[in-house]
Amino acid sequence: MKRRALVLLGIPLMIGAARLAAQSPVEVRISARKFEFHPNKATVKLGQPMVLVLTTEDRIHGFKMPDFGIRVEVVPGQETRVSLTPGKTGSFTFLCDVFCGDGHDDMDGTLIVEA
Amino acid sequence: MLQRDRRDFLKLAGVAGVTFTAGLFADRQASAQAAGDFHFVQFSDTHWGYKGAANPDAENTLAKAVATVNGLANPPDFIVFTGDLTHTTDDPKERRARMQRFKEIVSALRVKDVRFMPGEHDASLDRGEAYKEFFGAVNYTFDHKGVHFIALDNTTDPAAKLGDEQLAWLAADLKQRKTDDRIVVLTHRPLFDLKPDWDWTTADGAKAIDLLMPYTNVVVFYGHIHQENHHMTGHIAHHAAKSLIFPLTAPGSQPKRAPLPYDAAQPGLGTRDVTVGAKVSFTELPVTKS
Repeated sequence: MKRRALVLLGIPLMIGAARLAAQSPVEVRISARKFEFHPNKATVKLGQPMVLVLTTEDRIHGFKMPDFGIRVEVVPGQETRVSLTPGKTGSFTFLCDVFCGDGHDDMDGTLIVEA
Repeated sequence: MLQRDRRDFLKLAGVAGVTFTAGLFADRQASAQAAGDFHFVQFSDTHWGYKGAANPDAENTLAKAVATVNGLANPPDFIVFTGDLTHTTDDPKERRARMQRFKEIVSALRVKDVRFMPGEHDASLDRGEAYKEFFGAVNYTFDHKGVHFIALDNTTDPAAKLGDEQLAWLAADLKQRKTDDRIVVLTHRPLFDLKPDWDWTTADGAKAIDLLMPYTNVVVFYGHIHQENHHMTGHIAHHAAKSLIFPLTAPGSQPKRAPLPYDAAQPGLGTRDVTVGAKVSFTELPVTKS
């Protein structure tokens, strides 16, 4: 009886699972160090909730993504978590905005949001 | 905005470069003429200590520009340097050595009234510690022939902020001004969001612009972006200067900012001669006068 109920509920359960999957945040981990982000390119889906998990290997860096109004500082020994649900497709630059030395100007990356 | 830029700036052919006339100080024409026109020269982004392909002549460019300004038939009343005097280094000793050598080179300027400002290359790694040893205050005001000058520091905070303390200082200074006083702001980074994803902005620059907005005769001269750029925020004009090390790509012209390839003729480098009177106009000076 219990098993049958599960079978009977199978279709709606599958739909619910799909919705849950669509709503569950995807973690994107990005590490910073002079003068690069690793990875410096990440691809996510439009409308997919995500959490950027930011860490640094050496010193304070900034993480700024102007297109999504994101700006945080990434401090050694801490994880900085930023929630985001991309609402537009395209390639969006993120960059370090805490001056960290010669090479700072090249410290950036790209978030690609696909349909 | 582009249409506004074109309307507000009349482009004229100049002998040494290109002259812009900004329609500023119009309501102070009579008093400005009474006080007399004057001019000053803006140096920016000299990056002393840089070594790289973007300027194989880096060791000589600053000295050449000093000689060109010394050769002006009508010497300026004073000279300003809007930041990035030196190229950054992680080594505090080398940072001071670069500042020392920079001071030696610019000591050859015949005009001795010289005002300095920090850029992030000078000041962001040690929050201005070495800079202050060599050049003094990072933000200050001075008055010249009826014009109030305000030097704002948006670089000793490595996150490119003016900061609440400096904004309060600015507000207190502006309270002493009449709304039609002539005000020239000098700074390193753009106060407005020129290109935030290239870090061409000041994190809290909008707060400074808000404070300046009630004043009807304000113009801002800055550096950082290594090229001329002219922009209006309301009635406030913002003029970026060329550098003396290498020009950078125009904002948004390609995905990433980068130095332009070196050109021995150096058309992308130079200083700026600013005339202040009933209007503000300026002429771009090449590194070496032909």
